[in-house]
Amino acid sequence: MTPYLKNIFEETGNISLFISRFFKELFKPVFQFREFTRQCFALGYKTLPLITITGFIMGLVLTIQSRPTLLKFGAESWLPSMVSLSLIREIAPVITALICAGKIASGIGAELGSMKVTEQIDAMEVSAINPYKYLVVTRILATTCMIPILVFYADFIGILGGYIGYNIHGDMSISLYFSEMLESVKYLDIFPATIKTFFFGFFIGVIGCYKGFNASNGTASVGIAANEAVVAASLSIFIIDMLAVQITDLFF
Amino acid sequence: METQPIIAIKNLHKSFGQNNILKGINLRLNKGENLVILGRSGSGKSVTIKCIVGLVNADKGSIKISGKEVTNLKYDELNDLRVKIGFMFQNGALYDSMSIRQNLKFTLKHHTRDLSEEAIEPEIIKALESVGLQESIDKMPAELSGGMQKRIALARALIIKPEIILYDEPTSGLDTITSREISELILDVQKKYKTSSLIITHDMACAKITGNRILILKEGEIIAEGTYEELEKSKDEWVRSFFI
Repeated sequence: MTPYLKNIFEETGNISLFISRFFKELFKPVFQFREFTRQCFALGYKTLPLITITGFIMGLVLTIQSRPTLLKFGAESWLPSMVSLSLIREIAPVITALICAGKIASGIGAELGSMKVTEQIDAMEVSAINPYKYLVVTRILATTCMIPILVFYADFIGILGGYIGYNIHGDMSISLYFSEMLESVKYLDIFPATIKTFFFGFFIGVIGCYKGFNASNGTASVGIAANEAVVAASLSIFIIDMLAVQITDLFF
Repeated sequence: METQPIIAIKNLHKSFGQNNILKGINLRLNKGENLVILGRSGSGKSVTIKCIVGLVNADKGSIKISGKEVTNLKYDELNDLRVKIGFMFQNGALYDSMSIRQNLKFTLKHHTRDLSEEAIEPEIIKALESVGLQESIDKMPAELSGGMQKRIALARALIIKPEIILYDEPTSGLDTITSREISELILDVQKKYKTSSLIITHDMACAKITGNRILILKEGEIIAEGTYEELEKSKDEWVRSFFI
């Protein structure tokens, strides 16, 4: 077996152990509620401006780019439903998750990596404070809860961007735009897309924490942990998305 | 009659890959004693104290704290034992996202969950007063000098009222005057709090001020033991080379 393959299997095994420890620690008292809410604020609320800008641009650009093609077939009126379906089912969840992988996974990787290198994690350990419970469980839970909320927000902002994009060349009232959009969006469009965002959030948290928590000693490892967290989290988003699409296709 | 040691290590071995770091360490720390472990960089000093608190798992040997074997304890049992131990890291290891007050409060709150907010504040002030830095209570660690960070780290170790304090290179990277102040502080803590301490250092001035007894570690083995004065007159040239 090549060392590269061996490394992949080793890493997969270690991440699995890391995840199993998460579930073990999750149900053990005491729950660090204050740290969890602090992380929700830091990871969720502070990402809102970024999601607002990217969500708006996604909706706007998608509408402007799709309009000429639909116009050729005289299907311009389908634009609101097409844009909203694309955003809700695929674009908003994946783009939001990728942005969060860049911002949140790297942030967690760097933060925990620097805590590891400066022995702050060891300091918690010797003070009989479970660093896994305090640092890892709270962050993974926060990303798992916050990413779906951010995706819903991105859906809304993207649809709003789509409305503005539509009205650059066309003329449609906001109530008509939203009623057309709501008519086309079904429960089964929202449900699978929402489920996968929980997995996106979970893996963004897991990978960020795993890379940071296992940073080897030395300041260079902080940068490496942050970088590897972004790469691995982004890759995991595409893999989860591919699996989610296959499963959705099979059952719905 | 020989008293029961608060820490007793027998035949401790630790390797990292092919690298044998500890080759059968034996030591005992008596109650109320300051024991210094002297040695060159890479001789296994830090690994020894990390094995004591379970940060590094020993390959072979026995570590007993207050008569309890550490090497085969479960995580929760080890944490129960860690409550008795204060640890001062080489670079302080203060939580840099928290103020000094929060650093101390965080540690204390996790140890004594039933302590009210009103009862916590005087404990924080008391711990900071014992290291002479009560005015830094609202500062962030980054705003403090290296020496001040080490004092705060000591206050954080003291706030849980430990029976044992482990010091990892308490004076490294400090100027001579600050090193002396830290060494005198270690001595004050021993007298005031009646703690037993294990001090890892390669600073001879620190060893002289703080140590009741000194062990000399060379390539993972203890090669000499005695008081500062005894070791200064040792017949072993390598041991004497520390005192030049």
